[in-house]
Amino acid sequence: MTAGTAETSSSSSFDPETYESTHVHSVYEAIAPHFSSTRHKPWPLVADFLASLPPGSVGLDVGCGNGKYLAVNPSLWLMGSDRSANLVSLARENDGRGRRRQRLNEVTVADSLALPYRASSADFAISIAVLHHLSTRSRRRAAVRAILDCLRPGSGEDGRNGEGKAMLYVWALEQGSSRRGWDEDASQDQLVPWVTKAGTGKTHKESDSRKPENDTTWHRYYHLYRKGELEEDVQAVGGVVLHSGYEKDNWWAICTRGLEM
Amino acid sequence: MKVISLNFLTCAVKSCKSSGAAFPLHPKDAELVQDDIELNAQMLLNILPRLDWAALRTNATELGFPELPAELPTREALEADEKKLKDLHHLLVETQIMEGKLVCRNCGHEYAIREGIANFLLPSHLV
Repeated sequence: MTAGTAETSSSSSFDPETYESTHVHSVYEAIAPHFSSTRHKPWPLVADFLASLPPGSVGLDVGCGNGKYLAVNPSLWLMGSDRSANLVSLARENDGRGRRRQRLNEVTVADSLALPYRASSADFAISIAVLHHLSTRSRRRAAVRAILDCLRPGSGEDGRNGEGKAMLYVWALEQGSSRRGWDEDASQDQLVPWVTKAGTGKTHKESDSRKPENDTTWHRYYHLYRKGELEEDVQAVGGVVLHSGYEKDNWWAICTRGLEM
Repeated sequence: MKVISLNFLTCAVKSCKSSGAAFPLHPKDAELVQDDIELNAQMLLNILPRLDWAALRTNATELGFPELPAELPTREALEADEKKLKDLHHLLVETQIMEGKLVCRNCGHEYAIREGIANFLLPSHLV
């Protein structure tokens, strides 16, 4: 389903906050337990990034969802936040293997555009599958900047020593081989269905057309990123892209806050 | 919410970001719980220099802990004195605020903590 009202609409009545409240926040609040039950396995590149950090590194997981990354590397001090209080409650106890964690995770309820973190204090940040839920480019860029602002600036001669790094992951427009079949010609603004099966707490495959009457279909808003768009957004707000790439229907970038603007 | 996390949190209101009065947030009506967690000395020794020590001193006193020294003890001093390190572990990692509020001294806004989770969503007039 194409979300024609997002961004492309010239109507002055479009209010991104209201739109995201309906098409992102309310949906996650409603589907949180079902959503969480399908999200256990850390994505390998994210797990590698977390494993590469020295013990005692302090970091943020902005949009932590059900918290599946919070316990991946227990020698990090990783604080999660999410806009959905229901997901945050699940994230508090998630040990990353779908079980209850002994040591509870550190999590807060917060909006990615109003993060409650001390500036320049984090060694690292991750934001996985989050930025694509913001419905205008200026909001997506503001969210990138808000994450970069939390990172420690570098020191030393080249200004790179101890510099904080953020890993960002977003859904790609170019996913011709996925079951959704989007490609370069598709609309970048989409409402993606999530079906909760009545009574069972299980989800259908989203493409399942044999949907009984009592199921509920929710639509989440996504902005699908074109090749190069994530890097452009990082650079547009003064950040520096260290590495970037494509993995399984997603674009990713590792970046730093850049020189003070 | 553990005491260590307080050291990395500030007010979510945009106009408070540049104010020194917004950090640290101040606990109010805090109900504390002590957990039993194994000390990871390497991890804690690496975290300590990342803390804002003055802010930690303020929060520790507010939560009823004994006054911390004026300066962060050196790594060598802590490696030589396990009790000191364990006391810091107890304060930072084992102590949780389960219920209460966090108050911003710049704008006065109070953020609720329930079941160990602080909520930083802002009412519309503060966004």
